[in-house]
Amino acid sequence: MTMLGDRQQLSYIASQAADARLNLELETEGMTLNIGPQHPATHGTLRIIARLDGEQVVWAEPACGYMHRGYEKLTEVRTFPQVTTLVNRIDWLGSFANEVPFILAAEKLMGVEAPTRAQYIRTILFELSRIANVSLFLGDLGVQLGAITPVFLAFRDREYVLNLIESATGGRFHPNFDRIGGLKDDLPAGWIDETRAVMKKLRSFCDQIEDLLFGNEIFQSRTRGIGVIPRDVALQYGLSGANLRASGVDWDLRRDQTLPMVWNKADWKVWTHPDGDSFARCWVRLQETRESTKIVDQLLGAIPSGPVMAKVPKIIKVPEGEAWVSTENPLGEMGYYVVSRGDLGPFRVKIRSASFNNISITPWLLRGVYVPDIVTILASLYFILGDIDR
Amino acid sequence: MAKVPGLVKGLGVTLGTLFKTTVNGSNTVQYPHEKETPPIRSRGVIALHQDNCTSCMLCSRSCPDWCIYIEAHKELAPPRREGGKPRQVNLLDRFDIDYALCMYCGICVEVCPFDALFWSPEYEYSEPNISDLLHDKTKLSEWMETVPEAPELEAGADKKKK
Amino acid sequence: MIALLAEVPYWGQSLLRVLGGLVAVLLPAGTIVYVFLFKMMSFMQSRLGPMEAGPYGSMQLFAEVGKWLQKEDIVPDRADARIFKMAPIIVLVSTFLLVVVVPFGPEAWFTDFETGVFYALAVSSVSVLGILIAGWSSANKYSLLGGLRAAGQLIAYELPMVLAVMGVVIQAGTMNLQKIVVAQNTGSMFGIDAIGHPYVISQFFGFIIFMIAIQAELTQAPFDMPIAESELVSGYMTEYSGFRFLIFFIGEFATAGVFAMIASVLFLGGWGVPFTWFGWTSIDDVANWMNFVGPLIMFTKMMLLVFIIMWIRFSYPRLREDQLQRFAWKGLIPVALINIMVTAILKVVF
Repeated sequence: MTMLGDRQQLSYIASQAADARLNLELETEGMTLNIGPQHPATHGTLRIIARLDGEQVVWAEPACGYMHRGYEKLTEVRTFPQVTTLVNRIDWLGSFANEVPFILAAEKLMGVEAPTRAQYIRTILFELSRIANVSLFLGDLGVQLGAITPVFLAFRDREYVLNLIESATGGRFHPNFDRIGGLKDDLPAGWIDETRAVMKKLRSFCDQIEDLLFGNEIFQSRTRGIGVIPRDVALQYGLSGANLRASGVDWDLRRDQTLPMVWNKADWKVWTHPDGDSFARCWVRLQETRESTKIVDQLLGAIPSGPVMAKVPKIIKVPEGEAWVSTENPLGEMGYYVVSRGDLGPFRVKIRSASFNNISITPWLLRGVYVPDIVTILASLYFILGDIDR
Repeated sequence: MAKVPGLVKGLGVTLGTLFKTTVNGSNTVQYPHEKETPPIRSRGVIALHQDNCTSCMLCSRSCPDWCIYIEAHKELAPPRREGGKPRQVNLLDRFDIDYALCMYCGICVEVCPFDALFWSPEYEYSEPNISDLLHDKTKLSEWMETVPEAPELEAGADKKKK
Repeated sequence: MIALLAEVPYWGQSLLRVLGGLVAVLLPAGTIVYVFLFKMMSFMQSRLGPMEAGPYGSMQLFAEVGKWLQKEDIVPDRADARIFKMAPIIVLVSTFLLVVVVPFGPEAWFTDFETGVFYALAVSSVSVLGILIAGWSSANKYSLLGGLRAAGQLIAYELPMVLAVMGVVIQAGTMNLQKIVVAQNTGSMFGIDAIGHPYVISQFFGFIIFMIAIQAELTQAPFDMPIAESELVSGYMTEYSGFRFLIFFIGEFATAGVFAMIASVLFLGGWGVPFTWFGWTSIDDVANWMNFVGPLIMFTKMMLLVFIIMWIRFSYPRLREDQLQRFAWKGLIPVALINIMVTAILKVVF
């Protein structure tokens, strides 16, 4: 792990200044470029309105909302199991991770805690969705920068994880497996050994990506020093997840919060990087994927026997109250504020999604960068449109 | 040992994948010539066991998309034993699931108290006409033949099989 | 062979030459597209590639050609229609012009220019015009960006290409491509003539620079900023569809093939094998069957070089425009100049 050289940083800033000076001297007229909503670079329907001067961005603003599905309104007229199904689709790549904070909030209101076996399986599935999510990021990163091979390797190895999730829950992308009080069902026979084998494959995939992409000098020159987010700016803008840790902030909700999940039963470390540039963000995510495979391996060996569902009534009416639970989702901090009036369904749910806050930094970050770097920065910030727009 | 430059290592990865795919074949399953069997719990299509259904409407009410349409009428069935009263039973007129709306969430299968709905891993039922995606009770009963046995559970599970 | 050809009337000879030119450009293009783009890329990405059209997907290119040919001819409303339509043709014509000067055998050549190298380098720059006007006339901001980037990049990388070739010309002492082939196959290195004198060994740095310059001239990754799929959709080719896109597509791979042919002529010994293997001493000794085997040998060497080009294309991300330019002006050109100086000095001294 290297510190960003001052010379590199200065030379990038110097070239930006030289370009700006030239644009001013030649009195060129700027061009407004619409990146999106239909665009190969944005992970969905995000629109970035950029005013360019030559190849430099003078002003940029994201315009989101093209994928707004009205989640918070939908949840007002649905029961708790139905809402669990719906929230799978917010961050559709790591979808089990979306159910967990919501179910934990409902369990908090009911005063029910899932049995230990369910907590272990929940945590394992949570980490599996993190691996599925971030391995796609690693592949997608290559495509944004022009390397077309990593994405296929990513999809190939991600299939194993999705098959695991499907054999346990029935759905590859939308498991809908969490229930208030525990899980819907127990694991099928042979799942633990299969998962161990898949974790080995994923570790070799991470090594391959490191050799193919991260070690590549071209990749490094494209990402080092680009889109530097200083530590205090990251905290001010409410970034979370790997974006925050890549700016040097040692903050991980899995370690710093006590929730009825069993991350503290495994021995793992939080990865940070002092630089805060695009390379740091990508690198932190790579290390986190490796760390997740270690967590899964450790927890697999320690699943206790027992039931997977606590004693809850068949028709669940969550008592009155308000609860906020947030977890360290693959994209960042995701939280649900559930208000219940004692009905079958919530009265109001406020969803705090990570990507919405993460892209709020783009106007600040994209000033003065070159057009190719817009793509690099957006790729390294890593958002999912369903998460931004809900 | 001198560090191999990253550029060269990257070339090594692609060349390695090239050789491995040439020798071992790739992961690609060439659908429709080869088909992968989905896992047992895979949520492909919902099958209806008509005899168990008492049209309690629980599934229809719990569907997030409201895609189950049920109509039933009451009839008098002959008594179970000699000299008894005729029983009132619900007979299904209509039990449709609209797969164009269905989210494949499984809430209906889960809440059914009479074990009348089951998941089946069949997935090849796409139609050129969207209205043909409304499966009526005959078609749903036909899916029953494809419903597999529930899988064995992992060690340590509570042996309370559904 | 010449005797046979002399009996054919002039219009017949011209027709044969035209057909030969078409085959020389389109056959490599088709083979490269199938073997490298469809199959090798897929295998490097751990997938199978097209398998349905024909056995193992061999007819896929024909299917794609047919598909593009039957598409609607769309010209954007605000585009400059005449120039818009001319652009792909200019790019393809420069490839045909380039193949004219490549020798395929001792007597199997289209033209035998004394200044073959000069002509080849000059004519390969014509495609830059085509790309630039494609980007400009498309009335699309993305295409404009792509076209401008292409102009800068292609002109910047012309220089290392020319300078790298200069080393070969100094060593061979001639600009005639046929004579360069003969010089390589009859020469010897340090008195050993078992493998002739392929300039890839003595002009190793020139070879590397030439390959990098070709990669940039073809706008392949890591130099594909003008196309930059993830940013500019398709760069200067964004507004092209149907037949015109087909021309750009085939042109890209045909040019790759022809550049590889030129590289194999300059550095790998072209159509020949070292003459000492058969006891020949000059070009007049070469047997007639070499006219048929020569193209095959040339094809093999071309496929080898295109393999390297495509391998690098599929493995590396792309360089940003300013990094690209910096690499050319501050990196490649000084090295190429030093290469020429050293070659000239060694040529005079030894």
